[in-house]
Amino acid sequence: MIGEFIDGPLWYFSLTAFVIGVVWRIVSIVRAGVRPDLSIARGSAGRGAMRAIFSRFVPERTVTTSSRLQLIAGYMFHVGLLILLFFAQPHIDFIAERITGLSWPAVPHWVFIVAAEFSFAGLILLWLHRVLNPVTRLLSDMDDHIGSILVFLVMLTGCLALAQSHEALRLIHLFLAEVFLIYFPFSKLMHAFTFVMSRGYTGATMGRKGVNA
Amino acid sequence: MSEQFEQGVAVLRDQIDARISSYLSSCVHCGICAEACLFYTETNDPRYTPIHKVEPLKKLWQVENTFWGKLGKSLGLIKPLTESDFADWEQLVYDSCTLCGRCSMVCPVGNDITYMIRKIREGFSVAGYAPDGMKEATKRALTIGSPMGVTFKTVQAALAHVEKDTGLKIPIDQQNAEYMTLFSSMEIVNFPEYIESIAKIFDAAGVSWTISSQAFEATNSGIQIGNKEAAAELVGRVVKAAESLGVKYVVSPECGHAYTAIRWEGPNLIGRPYDFEVVHILELLDKLKAEGRIKLEGKDDTPMTLHDPCQIVRRGGVVDPPRNLLHSVADHFTEMTDHGVMNWCCGGGGGVSANERAEELRIKSFDRKKHQLEELGVNTMVTACANCRIILEEGLEHHEMDTEVISLTELLAEHLVSGKTPN
Repeated sequence: MIGEFIDGPLWYFSLTAFVIGVVWRIVSIVRAGVRPDLSIARGSAGRGAMRAIFSRFVPERTVTTSSRLQLIAGYMFHVGLLILLFFAQPHIDFIAERITGLSWPAVPHWVFIVAAEFSFAGLILLWLHRVLNPVTRLLSDMDDHIGSILVFLVMLTGCLALAQSHEALRLIHLFLAEVFLIYFPFSKLMHAFTFVMSRGYTGATMGRKGVNA
Repeated sequence: MSEQFEQGVAVLRDQIDARISSYLSSCVHCGICAEACLFYTETNDPRYTPIHKVEPLKKLWQVENTFWGKLGKSLGLIKPLTESDFADWEQLVYDSCTLCGRCSMVCPVGNDITYMIRKIREGFSVAGYAPDGMKEATKRALTIGSPMGVTFKTVQAALAHVEKDTGLKIPIDQQNAEYMTLFSSMEIVNFPEYIESIAKIFDAAGVSWTISSQAFEATNSGIQIGNKEAAAELVGRVVKAAESLGVKYVVSPECGHAYTAIRWEGPNLIGRPYDFEVVHILELLDKLKAEGRIKLEGKDDTPMTLHDPCQIVRRGGVVDPPRNLLHSVADHFTEMTDHGVMNWCCGGGGGVSANERAEELRIKSFDRKKHQLEELGVNTMVTACANCRIILEEGLEHHEMDTEVISLTELLAEHLVSGKTPN
C-alpha cells in the first residue's frame, strides 16, 4: 500500500514540486531584475558571462593550497554524484521508464562502485570540514546540514538498494529521493542551477570592464 | 526601531536585485573566499570571511524572499533585521573590507561578494552606521569639494609651484580642450610631483588639456561610504564641468576608487551616459606611447615590482597598460607571485585609510604585502594610486623596511625625452 504510494503518487508529486519549485525560484530571481549599466563597456558582457560560467570550474591558484581539501573533496563528491545520478543503470532505466522514454549507455558496474566511493568520501570530507573548520562552522546554517544529510541518506540507501533484491530498500531509497526533490527548490541545493546565474552575472559585469573573472 | 534605521533597511531592500538574489541563492557557505581576503589570512579570524560580512543583507533576503525565512518569521523562529545587527556588522563592513574584490575572483559559484558589501554600505550609511572618519570625509567633499578639505586655492598654490619648477603654463578652464584632468586631494597635498609629471608629459606629447576650477577632485567619498546621493553629487560636479568645457575625455588620475567612481559607477549614479569618455591616466600614457607621441629614454636597472591598485586593475580592467609602461623604462621588472587581477590589496582601499578606527587592523593586514616583498626580494615598488602609495609607505615604515614606493607616471616623466612631439 505505502509502497504503491511511494512508487506512484508521491513520485509524481515530488517531481512536479521539484520542477515547479525550481522554475519558480529561477523566475523569481530573474524577475528581481538588474538595472541597465550605462557606463561604456570596454569588453563583452556576453563573453565575460560565458567565460566565468566555465572558468570557475577551475580554482584560482591562490586558494588551491589553502583550500586543497575542500577542492578535492568537492570534485570527488560532485563528479561522483553526477555519474551515479545519470549513468547508473538503475537510474537510466527509471528515468527512461518514468520521464524521458529514452535511455543511454550506463557506466560499467566497477565505475559505478568507484564513483560511489569517491562521492561518499567527498561528501563526508566536506561535511567534516564544515563542522570542524572555524570558518565554515561560523557560516553554516541548518539548511547546509539538512542538504548534506539528505544527499548522504539518498546515496546510502541507493547503494543498499543496488542489488534490487529487496523491494523495501528500493522504496526507502525512492522515498528519500522524493523528499530530496521536494526539499530541493526551497534550499541551497538550488545552487545546482543558480550557479550558472551567479557566475554569469559576475562574469558579465567583469567582462564589460575587460577583466577575465 | 528608529526611523533612520528603517530608512537604512529600505535602502538595503532596494539593493536586492536579480544579481544579489542569485548570489545568495548560490552560496553554499564553503568559506573559500576567506583565503582570498587579507583581513582573514593575516588574522585567522573567521569573522573576516568575506561572505560573513554580508550576513545582514542575507538575513533580510532570507526573511523576505525565501520560504523558510517567511515561515520562520511568521512562527517567531527567525527575528527580522535589527539595529543591533547593523551595530554588530558595522566594523566588518567598513573596517575589514577594502572593496578590493579579491574574494569575488575565487568564489566557486561566482558570487561578486565585494559588490554585495559595497551595496550593504548603502543601507548602513543611510541608517547612520558608518565610521566617523568616512562621514566627515564625505561631508568635507560635499561642502568644501574635497575629502581632505582641499580648495581650488590650494590647487592654484600647488600649480604655481609646478609652473615655476617646469616653466610650463598649466591650462585652467580651457574651453574645448581635448582632455580634462582630475587629481586626488592626496596628489595635490602629498604628491604634487604627479601634477608636474603630467604637465611635462602632456607638453611633450602636445596634448590639449585643462584643469577645471569647478571640478578638480577625482575622489568620491560617497562611493566609499556607500551614500548614493553623495556619490551622484560628486560625480555630477565633474560631469557638469567636463560638459560645460566641451572636453572629449576626462582623465582619471593615479587613484583607485576615483576610477571606479567616474568610469564605471558614475553614469549609473547620474542616470545617463556622459557626453565625454573617461580614460585612466595609465591608459592614456600607454596610448600616447604607442602612437609615438611620448618618447622615453634610458632604462632603470634597479629591480622593480608593481603593486596593482585593486580598483584600477582588478575592478577597473586597466591590466596591461601599467605593465607595458613599466617594461619600457625598467630593465628588471619582476612581478609578485600574486599580481594583476589577483594582486593583494595595500589594506587601505575602500575608505579604510580614512577610518581611524581601522588603523590597527590595517597595519596588521599589511603583513601580506610585506611577505610578498620579502619573497620577491625587490626594494622598489611602483604603483599608480596615491592612496596605495601612502598606505604602503606607512606599512613599510611600520616594519622599518627599506623599500621605496614610486609613482608610475612620475617614473615615466623621469625617462621622458623632452621636447614636443608633433601631433
